[in-house]
Amino acid sequence: MRREIPLLITAIAGVVFVVQYFIPHSPFNHLDGWFSDWFSIVQACAIVLGSLNLLMISSQKIARKKEGWGYAVVIIVSFFLITIIGFAGGEEFRDVGTGFDWLYNYTYVPLSSTMYAILAFFVASASYRAFRARNAEATLLLLAAFFVMLGRVPIGDLLTMWMPEGFRMSNLATWIMDFPQTAGQRAIMIGIALGLVSTSLRVILGIERSHLGGE
Amino acid sequence: MKMKRGEVIVLLVLAVGSVLAYLGKINGWHSGFMFPKWLSITIVSLTFLSMVWMLVRTIQGKLVERRIVFLYVGIAVALPLLMELPQKIIVSDIVRAVYTELEALQPGSKVLVSFDYDPASAPELQPMAEAFIAECFERDLTVIMMGLWPQGPQQAAMAVDSAMKRMGYTDQDKVYGVDYVNLGYQAGNEFVIQRMGSSFQSMFKTDFLGTPYEDIPLVKNVKNFSNINFSFNLSSGFPGTVEWVQVAVDRYGLRMGAGNTAVQAPTIYPYVRSKQVLGLLGGMNGGAEFETVTGLPGKAIGFMLPQSFAHLIVIGFIIIGNVAFFREGRKSRLKG
Repeated sequence: MRREIPLLITAIAGVVFVVQYFIPHSPFNHLDGWFSDWFSIVQACAIVLGSLNLLMISSQKIARKKEGWGYAVVIIVSFFLITIIGFAGGEEFRDVGTGFDWLYNYTYVPLSSTMYAILAFFVASASYRAFRARNAEATLLLLAAFFVMLGRVPIGDLLTMWMPEGFRMSNLATWIMDFPQTAGQRAIMIGIALGLVSTSLRVILGIERSHLGGE
Repeated sequence: MKMKRGEVIVLLVLAVGSVLAYLGKINGWHSGFMFPKWLSITIVSLTFLSMVWMLVRTIQGKLVERRIVFLYVGIAVALPLLMELPQKIIVSDIVRAVYTELEALQPGSKVLVSFDYDPASAPELQPMAEAFIAECFERDLTVIMMGLWPQGPQQAAMAVDSAMKRMGYTDQDKVYGVDYVNLGYQAGNEFVIQRMGSSFQSMFKTDFLGTPYEDIPLVKNVKNFSNINFSFNLSSGFPGTVEWVQVAVDRYGLRMGAGNTAVQAPTIYPYVRSKQVLGLLGGMNGGAEFETVTGLPGKAIGFMLPQSFAHLIVIGFIIIGNVAFFREGRKSRLKG
């Protein structure tokens, strides 16, 4: 029963969502609302579970003194710090000037932005080491990247201002984005959609069971 | 977890630098400081010449180390923030389309803005959000904000705060609950959008501050998407623009524009071409173009100079890398 009940819930929910898309009338519209509400509830619970799981894994790392356990200490201290300060702020904890607001603005925002900004360094380094014109396809990709990178910043047009209107770097970048890029994206999207449909069918029919864990 | 002395020194320098930056921010130490034009031109020229020198060294067989690449990227993104060099930003059609949509709305129209990103993407998306909210306020449009990401509503609050300051509005000029409202975060990804198609209130019982939905003047008559005149989605991943298109646009006919990170923007282009997304602000450049077309210059225009230099530096290093590659290839062919 531990496997059959989740499979049954998956199949019923899947079929309801498919049917209500084509027949948005009673009882399917009510069932759709009901399942959507349940999805929100389950996801909200998953956030709590995820937090607890993070705490548990970090605690184990510290207890066993695994490599990088110092970072686990930072996780746990930050977790409790922001939770306690949040609760201490009461219902208005998100208002401007509260401790939670200060932590969000002056620690979370700059730290997250910094992590993302580090990508610029790795992208530059990776481009330098790996972006090579090894063959015709790679050269084409390289040239497209050149034109888009230059065309997406004002300096691109500045460098090609001697060209006639319509042939400047921004025009070339726009053309690449509008036509070859969009065509490629469409092909990828269609492929993903077909894959999703087949995977969803397998899940609804109970053929694909990896989401239940174990197998 | 042993640390080298060098790492400790770097961490200490970073900590002191962060504290100074924070103190500088709250005390306004660095406001208005800019390099003189001659210094900016000298820095740019020296950087360019040193890149040429590295190219020559590469041709001679001396490869550039990785830390040099990092150093140049650091210079390219940091120093231009203090430079005042002229730059002409050309507004593309897909950005102008968002502006045209706002232009066509009557004062008092309801605009739904979904903040589906977190602070990691804020450097790219926050300037867009601020410019969009400022333009809505300028046109007397009412703004309903929400988030499918937990940090979205916090970013929305920051964007409104910044837009109000930029436009010189006070709490009396734009009243919370009447001119704008922040409905907060709701878990459930695309299912939230789906439920909003039949009832906003079913997903948002209260707003971000805990006020019951039915007590908020701006939304008490808003039942579902049919009461929304235009929607704008700021997104950096899942759930985001794709989910809004698939559910709100395709199913409920919502008119929507989008603002995406530069990485995500290419995936939205097919929806723009099919008019499912009416206009798109892609990356920092999209934000700068939007600020240009609205005539409300903000952070995005200021960030375009560092972006220009960073792109040039990356292109420069790709060229140097390829020169090294062909040189090595020639050498091995000669040996072979």
